[in-house]
Amino acid sequence: MTNSTLEVGDALAELVLEPISRTTLALFAGASGDHNPIHIDQDVAESAGLDDVFAHGMLSMAYLGRLLTDNFGLEPLRSYSTRFASITPVHGQPTCRATVREVDESSGERLATLDLTVILADGTTTLIGEAVVALN
Amino acid sequence: MALSTDLIGTTRAGGTLLVSRSRLRLFAKAIGQHDPVFIDLEAAKQAGHPDLPVPPTFFFAVDLEVPDSFAYLEEAGVDLRAVLHGEQKFTYHRTAHAGDELTSSSKVVDVYDKKGGALQFMVTETPIVNQGGDLVVTMLNTLVVRRLEGVAA
Repeated sequence: MTNSTLEVGDALAELVLEPISRTTLALFAGASGDHNPIHIDQDVAESAGLDDVFAHGMLSMAYLGRLLTDNFGLEPLRSYSTRFASITPVHGQPTCRATVREVDESSGERLATLDLTVILADGTTTLIGEAVVALN
Repeated sequence: MALSTDLIGTTRAGGTLLVSRSRLRLFAKAIGQHDPVFIDLEAAKQAGHPDLPVPPTFFFAVDLEVPDSFAYLEEAGVDLRAVLHGEQKFTYHRTAHAGDELTSSSKVVDVYDKKGGALQFMVTETPIVNQGGDLVVTMLNTLVVRRLEGVAA
């Protein structure tokens, strides 16, 4: 861990994912317990007026979670939130980014607040969030 | 399919999930997780964990671990096809691992609409406890129900 040297404005190395396949959506439906057919059954998506299935928002949130645990491990994570700004179409390719907004030592431990985003290859911002992590 | 503000304050029992290594490995596979701490028992133990740890967003699965996880929405008159995930927050209290039995419960804390009712929002608070009754994580979930135009029921 090198996070003890993190300062306001620093960006973590971004996490670039592969385009999201239908196989990934099927695996994530089973693994996450979210069996909403809108993510895995094109017939249902079309019946709702959509062209195709779209990815679970929680899949992108899990990708961002990987970026957090890759950099900080699990235990320092205090809170983690996202707003789902746009849907992620099947075959969308997410990139996860995090920058340090604030470092606060007033509580006796160094807590960093990170600004988080997920963007697709076409520039669409799909997730906007923040995480609070304890720095060692 | 209008969400009623009468739902505010209502509670419902959630799910119970006995976390298994195999389920955590499937989750890791689905999200492309390569960090051995989440997959390999020896790597987890070397990192100080008693078993494979639960990753940050897996907890969402606990509340879905019921026979029909969307029944409460249908009872509220919501067409599942119209539901979008608006926001999600996790506040962490302690780490959970494979072997832990996690249980959720939920309370609706807000219902509101935007754009003249074209978008409705339901905010639900969902604490998750382990088999010892200790609070592990608190989830705050905002669902969005959009108006389906020209769509057959």
